[in-house]
Amino acid sequence: MTRRSTPALVLLHIRAQNRLFWRVPIGAFFTLALPVIMLVLFVALFGNEPEGSVVGTITPAQFYTPALAVFSVGSATYTNIAINLSTRREEGILRRVRGTPLPPWVYMAGAVGSAVWIGVIALVVMVGLGVIAYDVNLEVAKLPAMALTFVVGSMCFAMLGIALAGVAKSASSASALANATILPMAFISNIFINLGTNPPEWLQVLGDLLPLRHFGLAFAEAMSPFSETPAILWDRLGVLLLWTAVGALLARWRFRWDPVPGANGRTTRRGRRTTA
Amino acid sequence: MATAIEVRGLVKTYGESRAVDGISFSVEEGEVFAILGPNGAGKSTTVEILEGHRDPTDGEVSVLGIDPSRGGRSFRDRIGIVLQSAGIDRELSVREVLDFYGAAYSSRRPTDELIELVELGEKADDRVGTLSGGQQRRVDLALGLVGDPELIFLDEPTTGFDPGARRRSWDLITNLRSLGRTIVLTTHYLDEAEHLADRVAVLSEGRIVAEGSPASLRSSFGSGTTISFDLPAVDGSLSDLLDPLTGEVRGRDRRIEILTSSPTSDLAHITTWAVAHDLELGSLQVASTDLEDVYLQLVGGDT
Ligand SMILES: Nc1ncnc2c1ncn2[C@@H]1O[C@H](COP(=O)(O)OP(=O)(O)OP(=O)(O)O)[C@@H](O)[C@H]1O
Ligand SMILES: [Mg+2]
Repeated sequence: MTRRSTPALVLLHIRAQNRLFWRVPIGAFFTLALPVIMLVLFVALFGNEPEGSVVGTITPAQFYTPALAVFSVGSATYTNIAINLSTRREEGILRRVRGTPLPPWVYMAGAVGSAVWIGVIALVVMVGLGVIAYDVNLEVAKLPAMALTFVVGSMCFAMLGIALAGVAKSASSASALANATILPMAFISNIFINLGTNPPEWLQVLGDLLPLRHFGLAFAEAMSPFSETPAILWDRLGVLLLWTAVGALLARWRFRWDPVPGANGRTTRRGRRTTA
Repeated sequence: MATAIEVRGLVKTYGESRAVDGISFSVEEGEVFAILGPNGAGKSTTVEILEGHRDPTDGEVSVLGIDPSRGGRSFRDRIGIVLQSAGIDRELSVREVLDFYGAAYSSRRPTDELIELVELGEKADDRVGTLSGGQQRRVDLALGLVGDPELIFLDEPTTGFDPGARRRSWDLITNLRSLGRTIVLTTHYLDEAEHLADRVAVLSEGRIVAEGSPASLRSSFGSGTTISFDLPAVDGSLSDLLDPLTGEVRGRDRRIEILTSSPTSDLAHITTWAVAHDLELGSLQVASTDLEDVYLQLVGGDT
């Protein structure tokens, strides 16, 4: 047998990471099922009558579908990559990988590729549910905008996930940090709560500095019945690219393959994540 | 024969402590080289520097003619590593793990052959997380061999094996040797080093305290004699007692131990000295040493 080509190795490692994802049901639940449950609950709670929001007068489902789709993509990339990489580092798996001829970037590409693929699934499930069950707007002409926004957004949050795994010393702190960042960010980024047209100014400023709001608004634009085709918000995508660069620099600076000596050595599988 | 590994003046410090304190050795191609030593002696540190997992603080290291700290892909393609402890993806099966990790090597042993080799046939499709500790260690071993390496590092490969598995893994290592592979292994077990190694280096507190073939270690120490006694309080220097001795002197508190190959003359000197100083030597003992004793003395007695 001879060595596989590099693209074949990348594919192989994406497949391996996918298998690992599906074999830990708790991760699959938080990433895929929980946002769907939230959509169903929110629509049940708020009804589906049109109301004012930052993106015009729309139904709650029209608001929540893109918002929660973006949130589940963030969870599939940022949260999962941060937790998986730091867990595997803590378990010494990354160290083992470093001792093989596999180029490190191929392993990373496997982790990112798998997370992005899970993100695609999460997104399709969420949008599909919104469109089929709640009459959410979807236009073929705006599909390229959706796809582009997804690619830029998921790469951004994947890179930030690697950066977080670099900053966190242990798997449990990576898990805590991931949740402690993405959840408050979701509250001020028009994800869980429709902030309406006039949120307090400091919240607006904070939300504008962080990436999630831009991802959400760009994706909502691509699904909006009022936006003009092609519905690509380049400035929002530009902010996401900036954050991708920040994540890449941070990852380069802080990411290590060896376990951190003295960091928490044991993490229970179920204790890895306490919430989304 | 060509040299596979060349180490000169290797030092590794962690803050103030010197985990490896200036060691030198070389390993020939096709040789089995064992590093023996107690916990914390610096075995793993040394081996992991050779593997490229850690960078040395000082000294020169050449492995297969390459500096392992900048070895890269082609270097790691030629070596096999069994770390003292490294995780395996628990949710993958034994077969999957071997396939995934094996794919990166330019030449590799077939998965089925490896599974056979480490006797995990019945567990091949079970998830690694469900295997016992010793069975997981065998997966480690198989992963170290998956790239059909010419140089293999085994850091305590048999720790956690039952006696039968240990014997059979010895056969496996002997078999690898007969295929011309170079092997560097660390162990706590004297019998393992004796059984497997062409050459043994005994490491203690970061230094090599003895080196040679198991037979030469045995003949230079194993046939020796240990003279030991409690030294009473004496005024002045002990050099007239200790300097003329042919054996190696070790002291702990007031207990003096002399490891000697000429016990008769050394004993005569000691007793003459004691009589001349009108001293009684407490608990005077003369005993022949075996290799285990030598080892325990070399490494400070607390393995
Ligand atoms: N990453 C590290 N940071 C700080 N100190 C370290 C580190 N790694 C090893 N040491 C120290 O270096 C010394 C040698 O450790 P090493 O792991 O090489 O011992 P060893 O001979 O392999 O022991 P064992 O038989 O227990 O495996 C120990 O005192 C250990 O505490
Ligand atoms: Mg060790």
